[in-house]
Amino acid sequence: MRLLNEMRLDFPAIPENEAFARVVVSGFMLPLNPTLEQLADVKTAVSEAVTNAIIHGYAGRRGTVRLHGACTEDGVLYIDVIDRGRGIADVERARQPFYTTDQGEERSGMGFTVMESFMDRVEVKSAVGEGTTVRLVKQVDLREEALPRHA
Amino acid sequence: MFSYELKRGTLTVCLMGELDHSMAARVRSEIDPLIDASGVRRLVFDVGRLEFMDSSGIGLIIGRYKRLSRRGGSVAVAGPDARIDKLFRMCGVYQVVERLA
Repeated sequence: MRLLNEMRLDFPAIPENEAFARVVVSGFMLPLNPTLEQLADVKTAVSEAVTNAIIHGYAGRRGTVRLHGACTEDGVLYIDVIDRGRGIADVERARQPFYTTDQGEERSGMGFTVMESFMDRVEVKSAVGEGTTVRLVKQVDLREEALPRHA
Repeated sequence: MFSYELKRGTLTVCLMGELDHSMAARVRSEIDPLIDASGVRRLVFDVGRLEFMDSSGIGLIIGRYKRLSRRGGSVAVAGPDARIDKLFRMCGVYQVVERLA
């Protein structure tokens, strides 16, 4: 499917950039005519993925988070959130509701569950010591002219 | 952004703007010493003026519930909009936290 638009953004893994990432993605998806609810869905999912990269991937160490976004002609938004941090040993387990590695009492363990609820598809690729890529996919533009034509 | 008021053992925290990991950490570091020092029995999070919340907000609320319930205190939330209400339901918040209005 032909790309309408594409972007790459690298930023340091600091909490202040969670809000920045949400604003960037909101702006990027505007050409897909999102509803307010779709905007909020994507902002929430991106916030979860970027927060995971910062607090779990890099766990307080310096590092770079990359956002790679694409909008396709058929109205689909793709956002990859990429870190080169610790990686996840057991992705299936990490995706379970309430699973958290946090020993304190501050993380709900619901990050992936929230992403899955608000996006159409969530793909996770991870390798210990190499990092994690979370791909968030959502059909945003639901107008007839945007949807793929069926013969 | 947030403000709070302590009155007769009830701490009401009014949250405004965007409640993410960054803001949750700031709220926590300010209210936890107050909770511990002043014998708060009830904590109310007023979420009616929030424009955004992710699961960091759930962590903040459930974390404070654990802290207060250990000494017989309780936590409530007030004013969630439809979106925040959905997030609360999804994460089982209402199993331990009362919803006001």
